[in-house]
Amino acid sequence: MAEMWINMGPQHPMTHGLWNMRVKVDGETIVDSEPVIGYLHRGWEKMVENRTYPQIIPMADRLCYGSSFTWSHVYCMTVEKLMDIEVPERAKYIRAMSDELQRIGSHLMWLAAIGTDLGNLTVFLYATRDRELFLDLFTSLCGARMTYNYCRIGGVRNDAPENWVRDLERTLDYFEKRLKEYDMLIDKSKLFRMRMEGLGYMSAKDAINAGITGPVLRASGVKYDIRHNDPYEVYDELDWQMCTHDACDTWARYRVRMMEMQESVNIVRDILKKMPKSGPIRVKPPRAAPVGTAIARMEDPRGESLMYLVGDGTDKPYRLSVRSPLFVILSATPQLLKGSKIADVPSILGMLDVCMGETDR
Amino acid sequence: MENVTYSVEQVRDKVSQAFPDVVFDDARMEARRLYMTADRSILFNLCKLLKDELGFCHCSLVSGVDRCDKFQTVYHITSYESNITLEIVVDLPHDEPVVDSVTPLWGGANWHERETYDMFGIIFKGHPNLKRLLLPEDYKFFPMRKDCSEGGL
Amino acid sequence: MYLDLWGLVGGLVHWLMVDVIGTILNWLHIYALAEWLGSPGVLNIVTILVVALIILIVGMLVSITLIWQERKMLGRFMDRVGTQVGPFGLFQNFADAFKVLVKEYIVPNAADRLIYPLAPILIIGVSMAMFVTIPYSQGFYMSNSSLSLILTLALFGVIPFAVLLGGWASNNKYTLIGGMRAAAQTCAYEVPMLLSVASVVVLTGSMSLMEIVTYQQENLWLIIPLIIGFFVFLISMISEIERVPFDLPEAEAELVEGWGTEYGGMRFGLIMMSEYARAFVGSSLIALLFLGGWDGLLPEFIPAGLWFLLKVLLVFTIFIWARAALPRVRTDQILNICWKRLLPLAAINLFIAVFFKSMGWF
Repeated sequence: MAEMWINMGPQHPMTHGLWNMRVKVDGETIVDSEPVIGYLHRGWEKMVENRTYPQIIPMADRLCYGSSFTWSHVYCMTVEKLMDIEVPERAKYIRAMSDELQRIGSHLMWLAAIGTDLGNLTVFLYATRDRELFLDLFTSLCGARMTYNYCRIGGVRNDAPENWVRDLERTLDYFEKRLKEYDMLIDKSKLFRMRMEGLGYMSAKDAINAGITGPVLRASGVKYDIRHNDPYEVYDELDWQMCTHDACDTWARYRVRMMEMQESVNIVRDILKKMPKSGPIRVKPPRAAPVGTAIARMEDPRGESLMYLVGDGTDKPYRLSVRSPLFVILSATPQLLKGSKIADVPSILGMLDVCMGETDR
Repeated sequence: MENVTYSVEQVRDKVSQAFPDVVFDDARMEARRLYMTADRSILFNLCKLLKDELGFCHCSLVSGVDRCDKFQTVYHITSYESNITLEIVVDLPHDEPVVDSVTPLWGGANWHERETYDMFGIIFKGHPNLKRLLLPEDYKFFPMRKDCSEGGL
Repeated sequence: MYLDLWGLVGGLVHWLMVDVIGTILNWLHIYALAEWLGSPGVLNIVTILVVALIILIVGMLVSITLIWQERKMLGRFMDRVGTQVGPFGLFQNFADAFKVLVKEYIVPNAADRLIYPLAPILIIGVSMAMFVTIPYSQGFYMSNSSLSLILTLALFGVIPFAVLLGGWASNNKYTLIGGMRAAAQTCAYEVPMLLSVASVVVLTGSMSLMEIVTYQQENLWLIIPLIIGFFVFLISMISEIERVPFDLPEAEAELVEGWGTEYGGMRFGLIMMSEYARAFVGSSLIALLFLGGWDGLLPEFIPAGLWFLLKVLLVFTIFIWARAALPRVRTDQILNICWKRLLPLAAINLFIAVFFKSMGWF
C-alpha cells in the first residue's frame, strides 16, 4: 500500500477533545505525524486582559474541565505573588488537599479514557464510577462537580463542611480497595500489558529537551516533581514519595499515574493529620495589583503549569501568560509516534492525558 | 549532563562574569528564583551558556508582552539539578520585533515560539517551522497586540 | 423429547393444501388445481419454504436474544443495570431496530455505486444462510446434509471477502484499513480453526453435524479428549466473528467504526444484526462440535432443543466475559497469537486425535 495521510480528528474517537492528529502511514506503520491544534482556541489570554482579578478565577477553572481546581490555584498563587499576600496556614492545607483530590479525579478521568482507547469499556465505567465519589466530595466542599470556583486570591472561599474528615476518610478507604481491583483487572492482564509495553519510547534526555513534564517525564526516569523540587503551599512539610518509573514507555506512564493516585491518597491522609483544626482561611486582597511581574508554577496532574503575570497598577492584568503542560507534550508527539502501528495511536496519546482546554486556551 | 547543583548566587556570578551587560533584579531574588534582563544580541549565547554549562535543561515558557512602546519576550528556564527557575526578559523594538530562536537549544520552546509569533508577530530567527499555530493560517492580525482591541482593529 | 419439524410442517401443509383447500376446490369443481396443489412436488416445495421461514425466524429470534443477553450481562459486568426498555429490557432491540429503520439512507458521493450497496447484501445474506446448516435437535433442522460442517465453515469464509469489498467500496481510509485487517485476520484464523475441526472429523468420521452429535451422544462429549482443540476453536471463533479482543476490523478507538464507518441507517442495523447471527452460529458450532449438541440430562422431560440453546447461551457468555475483561489486541499481535500459539496447538491437537483414533479408543 502506498503511503497516505490519515486525519485522526478533529472529530474522532481517539481525540479526547477537539484536535487533529495527522498521521502518515505506510500500511499500518506510522512514518510521520503532525498534530494540528487550535480548534478550541477561545482567546483566553486576551479575554483575561479585560477582566478584573477575581473575575478571572472562574475562567481559570475552565482551562481544563478535568482538573479545574489546580488551574484556579496556580492563578491565585500568581496573583498572590504579585500582590505579596501571605495565605493563612489552614487555607494552604485545604488547597493542597484539594489539589490532591483533584489529581485523583483527573487521573481517574484519564483511566476512563484509556479504557475506551484500548477497547475495554469496563475500565471506563469503573473509573467513572469511582471518580463520581471524588466529585461528590468536591460538591460537598464547594458546591460544584467540575468547575469549582473555590480558590480565592488570599485563601479559599469557604471552610470544609461538617463531617468532611469522616466522608473523606471513608472515600479514601474505599478507593484504596478499588485501586487493588484495577491492579487485578489491568496490571495482571497479559493483553493489557501487550498493548502498553514497549510503545512510545522516549528516553530521559529526549523527554527533558522536548519540554515534557509531569507523569510522562517521571515515566522516563527523571526524578523531578515540582511538589518536591520547588515546593509551594505546604508540600515541603508533608511526608510523601515521588513516583518514577524507568521503562520510558507507555506502560511506565500508566504505572506512574496509578502510583500517583495511591500517593495522593497518602498525601491527603498526611494533610488531615497535620492540618490546623481551625483558623482563618482567607485574607482580603487589595483590589488592584502593583506594577510588576510574577510567576508561579505548580505540579498539575498533567505536568508543569506556570503562569506569568504582568500587572500595571490597575485592577486588571496587563498580560497573563499560561504555560500548559499538554501544549508542550503535544508538540513532542511526532517523536513518540514514529515507527509504531496505527492501532497504537490511541494507546500512546491516551497515556498523555490530552486536555484541549488548556492546550488551545 | 553533569550533576552539579548551583545556588542562585553562583548562577548569578557565572552569568555576570560571562555577560557583564546582563542586568539582575537583585531585590526580587529568592532561593529558587532569579530575574534578569538581557539584550537580544546576547540572548542565544546566554541561553547556550545556561544550558550547556549551568544545567538549565528545561525551557518552561516563552511568552511575549506588548509594552506599547516595545515588545518583550520572556523566557522561563528551569534547572532540574539546581531547582532554579530563572526569568530572562528581552526587549525588542516595536518596529522590528526580531529575536533569535532558542528552539535549537530546547525543543520544548518550539510551540511556545510559534504561539508567540502567532499572537504578537514576533519573528524568531532560526526557528525550524515558524507558522501560525492556534489561529488559521490566513489570519490577518496578531491579536494579542495591544493595538488590536476586542472588536477587531 | 424433541420436535419433529419436518413431520409437523409436512402434516400441516398436507392438511391445509389437501384437506382444506383441496376440498373447497373440489366443491367448486376446479379439480385440476386441486390435484396440482395436492401433488407431492408442490407439497414438498411449500413445506421447504415454510420450514425455511421458521428456521429463519427462530434464528433471528435467538440472535436478538443474544444481543439482549450481551447488553444485560455486559451491564452487570460493568456494575450497571444494562438496558431497561420494557420488561427486563427486552424491547430495547426493537426500539433500536425502529430507530435505524427510519434513518436517512446516505451513500457517500465517492463510494462505488455498484459494490457499496452490494457488500451489505452479501454479508447479511451469507450470515442468514448459515442458519440452514445448524440443527437444533434431531428433528429441528433445515438441512441434514452430510457436509453441513464444511458448508458452514465455507460460508464463514465468504464474510472477509464481503467486508473487504465493503471497506474498499466506501472509499474511505478508515474503512479500507478495516477491510484489510478483516481479510488478514480472518484468513489467518481459519487455519487453526480448520485444523481443530479436522480433529473432530477424524474422531467422529463424519462431516455432518447431526452425526457428530449422535456420535457424542453414544460415546462422550468431544471436549474431553480434544480439550486443546476446544480452546483453539473458541479463540479462533472469537476472531472469526470479530468480537473483543479480536475486533480489529471495527476498532472504534482508531478506525471510528472500522470497515462499516460509511454504512448508516438500516444497513448498519442489519450488519450489526448479522454479526450477532454469526455469533449465534459460531456459538452453536462450538456447542455442536465439542459440547455434545443437544445431548443433556433427562432427555425424556427436557426438550433437546432447549439443551442446545442453553449451551449456545453458555458459550456466548464466555464471549461476553472476554469482552468485559480484555482490551483489543493489535494487528501484529493478533497474527502472532495465531501463527505462533494457536497453530502449533491445533497441530498437537490433531496428532492427539489421530493417536486416539489409531489406538482404536474411539
